[in-house]
Amino acid sequence: MPRRDDLHTILVIGSGPIVIGQACEFDYSGTQGCRVLAEEGYRVVLANSNPATIMTDPDFADATYIEPLVPEVVEAIIERERPQGLLATLGGQTALNLAIALADRGVLDRYGVELIGANAGAIRTAEDRHAFKAAMTEIGLSVPASGIAHSLDEAVAIAGEIGEPLMLRPSFILGGAGTGIATNRAQFLKMAIAALRASPISEVLIEKSIAGWKEYELEVMRDRADNAVVVCSIENLDPMGVHTGDSITVAPAQTLSDFEYQRMRDAAFACIRRVGVETGGSNIQFAIEPRTGEMVVIEMNPRVSRSSALASKATGFPIAKIAARLAVGYTLDEIPNDITRRTPACFEPTIDYVVTKVPRWAFEKFPETPDVLGTRMQSVGEAMAIGRTFPESLQKALRSLEHGRAGLNCDPAEAALESLAEDALVSRAAVPTPDRAFQLEAALRRGVSVERLASATGVDPWFLDQIGLIVEARRSLSLVGLDTVGRAEMRRAKRLGFSDAQLGYLWGVAESDVREARMRLGVRTTFKTVDTCGAEFDAETPYHYSTWEDTDEVRPTARPRVMILGSGPNRIGQGIEFDYCCVHTSFALREAGYETVMLNCNPETVSTDYDTSDRLYLEPITEEDVLNVIDAEIAASRGQGRLVGVIVSMGGQTPLKLAGRLPAGLVLGTSADAIDLAEDRQRWSQLCTRLGIPQPAGGTARTIEEAREVVGRIGWPALVRPSYVLGGRAMEIVYDDQGLSRAFAQLVGYGSVGREGGLAAQRPVLVDHFLEDAIEVDVDAVRDSAGEVLIAAVMEHVEEAGVHSGDSACVIPPPTLAPEVVEVIEAHTRAIAEALGVSGLLNVQYAVKDGQVFVIEANPRASRTVPFVAKATGVPLAKLAARVMVGETLAGLAASGLIPVRPGRAGHVSVKEAVLPFSRFPGADSLLGPEMRSTGEVMGTGSSFGLAFAKSQLAAGLALPDRGTVLISLADRDKQAGLGVAIRFAELGFSLLATSGTAQLLEGHGLPVAGVVAKVGETGTDAVELIAGGKVDLVLNTPRGRGTRADGAQIRAAASVHSVPCLTTVAAARAAAAGIADSAGHALSVRSLQELHGSAGRDRPTVRPGPPSRGGIGLP
Amino acid sequence: MRPSAVLVLADGTTFEGESFGAERSASGEVVFNTVMSGYQEVITDPSYAGQIVAFTYPHIGNYGVVPADDESPLPRCRAVVIRDLSPRPSSWRAVEALDAYLARHGIPGITGVDTRRLTRHLRSHGSLAGAIGAASDEATLRAAAAIEPGTEGADLVSGVSTPSAYERNNDQAAYRVVAFDFGLKTSQLDHLSRWASVQVVPASTKASEILAERPDGVFLSNGPGDPAALGWAAGTVRALLGEVPIFGICLGHQILARALGASTYKLAFGHHGGNHPVRAAHDGHIEITSHNHNYAVDPDSLDPGRVEVTHVDLNDGVVEGLRSLEVPAFSVQYHPEAAPGPHDAAHLFGQFRDLIGRSVS
Ligand SMILES: Nc1ncnc2c1ncn2[C@@H]1O[C@H](COP(=O)(O)OP(=O)(O)O)[C@@H](O)[C@H]1O
Ligand SMILES: Nc1ncnc2c1ncn2[C@@H]1O[C@H](COP(=O)(O)OP(=O)(O)O)[C@@H](O)[C@H]1O
Ligand SMILES: [Mg+2]
Ligand SMILES: [Mg+2]
Repeated sequence: MPRRDDLHTILVIGSGPIVIGQACEFDYSGTQGCRVLAEEGYRVVLANSNPATIMTDPDFADATYIEPLVPEVVEAIIERERPQGLLATLGGQTALNLAIALADRGVLDRYGVELIGANAGAIRTAEDRHAFKAAMTEIGLSVPASGIAHSLDEAVAIAGEIGEPLMLRPSFILGGAGTGIATNRAQFLKMAIAALRASPISEVLIEKSIAGWKEYELEVMRDRADNAVVVCSIENLDPMGVHTGDSITVAPAQTLSDFEYQRMRDAAFACIRRVGVETGGSNIQFAIEPRTGEMVVIEMNPRVSRSSALASKATGFPIAKIAARLAVGYTLDEIPNDITRRTPACFEPTIDYVVTKVPRWAFEKFPETPDVLGTRMQSVGEAMAIGRTFPESLQKALRSLEHGRAGLNCDPAEAALESLAEDALVSRAAVPTPDRAFQLEAALRRGVSVERLASATGVDPWFLDQIGLIVEARRSLSLVGLDTVGRAEMRRAKRLGFSDAQLGYLWGVAESDVREARMRLGVRTTFKTVDTCGAEFDAETPYHYSTWEDTDEVRPTARPRVMILGSGPNRIGQGIEFDYCCVHTSFALREAGYETVMLNCNPETVSTDYDTSDRLYLEPITEEDVLNVIDAEIAASRGQGRLVGVIVSMGGQTPLKLAGRLPAGLVLGTSADAIDLAEDRQRWSQLCTRLGIPQPAGGTARTIEEAREVVGRIGWPALVRPSYVLGGRAMEIVYDDQGLSRAFAQLVGYGSVGREGGLAAQRPVLVDHFLEDAIEVDVDAVRDSAGEVLIAAVMEHVEEAGVHSGDSACVIPPPTLAPEVVEVIEAHTRAIAEALGVSGLLNVQYAVKDGQVFVIEANPRASRTVPFVAKATGVPLAKLAARVMVGETLAGLAASGLIPVRPGRAGHVSVKEAVLPFSRFPGADSLLGPEMRSTGEVMGTGSSFGLAFAKSQLAAGLALPDRGTVLISLADRDKQAGLGVAIRFAELGFSLLATSGTAQLLEGHGLPVAGVVAKVGETGTDAVELIAGGKVDLVLNTPRGRGTRADGAQIRAAASVHSVPCLTTVAAARAAAAGIADSAGHALSVRSLQELHGSAGRDRPTVRPGPPSRGGIGLP
Repeated sequence: MRPSAVLVLADGTTFEGESFGAERSASGEVVFNTVMSGYQEVITDPSYAGQIVAFTYPHIGNYGVVPADDESPLPRCRAVVIRDLSPRPSSWRAVEALDAYLARHGIPGITGVDTRRLTRHLRSHGSLAGAIGAASDEATLRAAAAIEPGTEGADLVSGVSTPSAYERNNDQAAYRVVAFDFGLKTSQLDHLSRWASVQVVPASTKASEILAERPDGVFLSNGPGDPAALGWAAGTVRALLGEVPIFGICLGHQILARALGASTYKLAFGHHGGNHPVRAAHDGHIEITSHNHNYAVDPDSLDPGRVEVTHVDLNDGVVEGLRSLEVPAFSVQYHPEAAPGPHDAAHLFGQFRDLIGRSVS
């Protein structure tokens, strides 16, 4: 069936900020979707609040709205743009929910907008767990027995009927609060009470727990002619009870016979047909009882998902791209398979390798939360690896995680498990945690039987046997050494995924020695191709993975190439922003005539889309793996086609760390030495002194005595932190000796940082004077090799220094900095750029205290703010930097029109706000500090700072109230500053509640205090009760410093549970007041980026790489 | 550690690996199969007689072997080539490990092979003969591969067909079907016997003997080798045309085509997998189907006035199904019984039942 001509304009909704459970896989799907719709000739309107995404680049849509994803705002966009179609299936749960809200409010009917992809009925059937179960039962599929309770009595009755173990799922909750499995009645009662309380409508679904069953997922596609295919099957190594997002997963399914697999496939088709998803992809989850083969359906997601991104990368079948084509009317047989180009997309990929995905967690940042995995997802990122066998792909995936591990143990970090007795190991492995895979290997190595481990953990014996192969190989490898190992043994080790680093550890030699010996033995990597068809047809798309086989498939090329190292798995502190930079580098260099070669291991990203670069290597970003790809690319060079260089400065710290270990001549941009100059504490301080740029006073310490000595010199408060970490890891502000001792204990030896492995614990601790009440400023700039510096933006942070730059809101242009201060900042930035000899991007952070500018740090690489700056100013910063790194000058780029004439249109303010994951981490305090904990960001724009800030809050999920009651509780040191804010709220007509000390202060200054709130636990109504009772519309609680922390934590937790906006700094409260004031006089208005920056959208000459693959092929 | 083994192709290319299954050598035509599950069904499929099967999916043996998945009582291929043999099966269904099963039946295997290199080699050079055995016997194997006759022009059916007729009765069934065993897969019999009492007869059974039984329908099974070498079978079927409704699968399809006057040809490397899209001409619907054929029907040899192409492979346009416009007879090149593979086309057995129903009434 041909493309639909009755649609002209299509609205695509993105997934908003990166949060746990909804990460950059939706940028990947959205980017593909927008691209396809544009290729098909539709006018594309995009709504997404997340400026860090690639999809929100003005090139990808005709009108790009970086606006809050709430029904009112999207309605305003619909009103302006008048789309005929709305595609909501590429934007995760956020977009689906929004689409349903718009349908419910009658907006879609009013404006004649049709939901394409999945209709409202299908979405409701799939999303409403009760309706879904009924639908499945109706078509003869089994589901776990369940019931719905609205009260404890009902809950107990259901429990009596079904019997423990039971899984509880409260309705309409955030981040999975109250979800979990109860194994006995006492536990059930406790959890049922919590679950009923967590649900805003006091509803909980109680379901028979089938924890321990095998868990599977099928990725299914269907078109409007009812053709249906399974793209990929995925088997979870961790059985039911661990969320698939937190499980190690493997594609294809390994332990199903064809009989069982086909039964599951039939069920999946019956499911998608019954639910009524007419076109597009769906994810369907199943569980199988391991002893009887009984199969049940768990859930269905009627949209593309994290798993569909994984399936796309695992098979080469681009689900989102094809879903977009199906949504506009094509059928599967009309769409070509991009990889073979000769066969249609209507087929089921078959693969001849094994794909393993391993999640990456961030529990170290939430010490209050136990690192136990369960039915709610808590991981923040994932790495994927491809190998010819499971052991190979597992070990590759584990070293891709970049968590200080070289593979499945056999590395220094394995020491942590060595002291455990056999029984202790088994009982630890029985509780799912991020360490489980390592515990399984260690247990097998100690001789624990596969049967015992399988019954303790529920992990299928097949996986354990495979891990056993690694154990066995290690045993025989340990009997030889570097000098005696033979070719066959070396090859066997590599085929099981052992890294050179692991072999070096085993034999007590350097990794480089292993590499050398290996080359001498002639054991080299071979690169194979992901081709959707198990080599049955020729593949056109160079999407490769390394393995250890006979022959290699990298094709020679006669074009100059640039290799780009990606940023690896997402983690707090290094996320989608860096993928944005890598992808833009690739686009910019393709535009400039280079072939680009991408290397990355994160399956969620746009960079690992085979369409993004000319060649893609899905590989761990480690020294060994990168060098192997470099070798392969050099070997593929013909004629003029040399490998020009490798870009290490776009993917964050991950590739940057490798700069010094790559062939020196190949590193493009800023030199490895300059990178070290900026990173090395001592060299950097000397440089600043030489340049006359003030730094906060500080020193380094290896012992607590040395730390005391440093503090004696610089004075309290002090900021202590380890070297070589990212995102403010383990950074702490200490106000006294007690605090210093406590913090120090965590930093040295086997404190919490030591246990994480890596370099940090062996290096001295950094101790700096903490600048209190300083304004923090970020600058992003580009310098070319001719010495010209372009300062793209000076950003002022809303929260004061001390709140990590990644967690604070920031504003372009700076709302309060004096022009002289901005000038000083710009001058310092230029001086630093010059002194470091930067070629490419530079990010510098400053703290401004009483008008004096101190430099905090400089990073000669892409920073987290690059995409925000690009969206706020229209300067394509990453693209410029990429071109500069291959030798072009800013002058030349300006001449060719790549730099917009000075941006920053007057009266246009952009605010970036951070989005924090506290709701996922029970017990975590929502306090902001120097350790970064946000997972994502949103952007708000407006004609004033207040309007832009208010929008950013709305986008972050905290709609500021326009009237009502503010509860204020200030730490002593904030009382003076807080007073001004309280006055402002009173002027805006809010009534004020306060804790006793704060109330005294306010009343002392003549402010009306409507009520004094009791301390938690005292007589009288306390803050928690007021918040829970809906009596409070906004909370201002600033507990930093020596204030009463425990009380504050309870207030903040209550605000978080009841979704009451809670501000934890005076600065943020001041901004909120401005926002509320400005919003009062203004109707909500939306503007597209294209309007803001005066560009014509995607009609500008831009790269749109990838083969033109319009729908509609005929039979061969 | 397993003894080292080698696969040698007729063009001299060698592949190193380790031996499993029976420790002996074997030669045959080397073909690859791209299914990710269902190795047992493939190994026991009589259509693989005379062939060495290489699996493109690397892990084989994961869930063991179970009699319920047998497509015939014995493994029928000559040898198995894989990348990685699982140490032990893990499945509630498994009764035996693949290694032991093959050893028990005297079928050799080689594991550790770069099977992707092998597949790419076969794809660009077409099907080749090969031999596997101990690495020390390489020269002997090379000679064996060189003289291996291949399947072209060879009648391999007689070697796999049942020596005598047998019944699969279904007391509830309204119909009686005679099934020619050219290399019949058990699942085809399972499908038919859901609604028919089936008498399985040797491939060499005469048309007159069949007609004497007065069956309601005749089924032509799959089987190994070159249909062009089976002129006698085409003759038998020609005599049945118009006398009784006929349904053919795979080799049965090719024999029917030849009986209807068409010719067949050898594909470069055949279709062997569970993921081929096939389009039905009458409604455009697409089914994902299981394939196993080295030969195909030449569409230009079909008389458009007498025979209609009903199904086409979307990947390469190969004829996948046909129907007589004159008599009640139809056939498909692919495997509606799946095993291994998707069940999308299982309804074709129902179509056969309906065809019988119409001609009975
Ligand atoms: N009845 C159950 N018993 C035990 N574990 C379950 C049950 N249902 C789901 N789970 C586990 O919880 C996880 C999340 O449940 P799921 O229904 O997939 O919700 P979602 O993915 O929307 O969070 C699953 O991946 C599975 O591991
Ligand atoms: N001397 C200081 N005084 C006040 N705040 C500081 C000081 N040094 C760092 N900070 C705060 O700590 C945060 C993290 O420090 P930074 O050096 O930028 O580390 P990272 O490399 O993790 O970004 C900064 O964003 C800033 O808010
Ligand atoms: Mg799920
Ligand atoms: Mg910083």
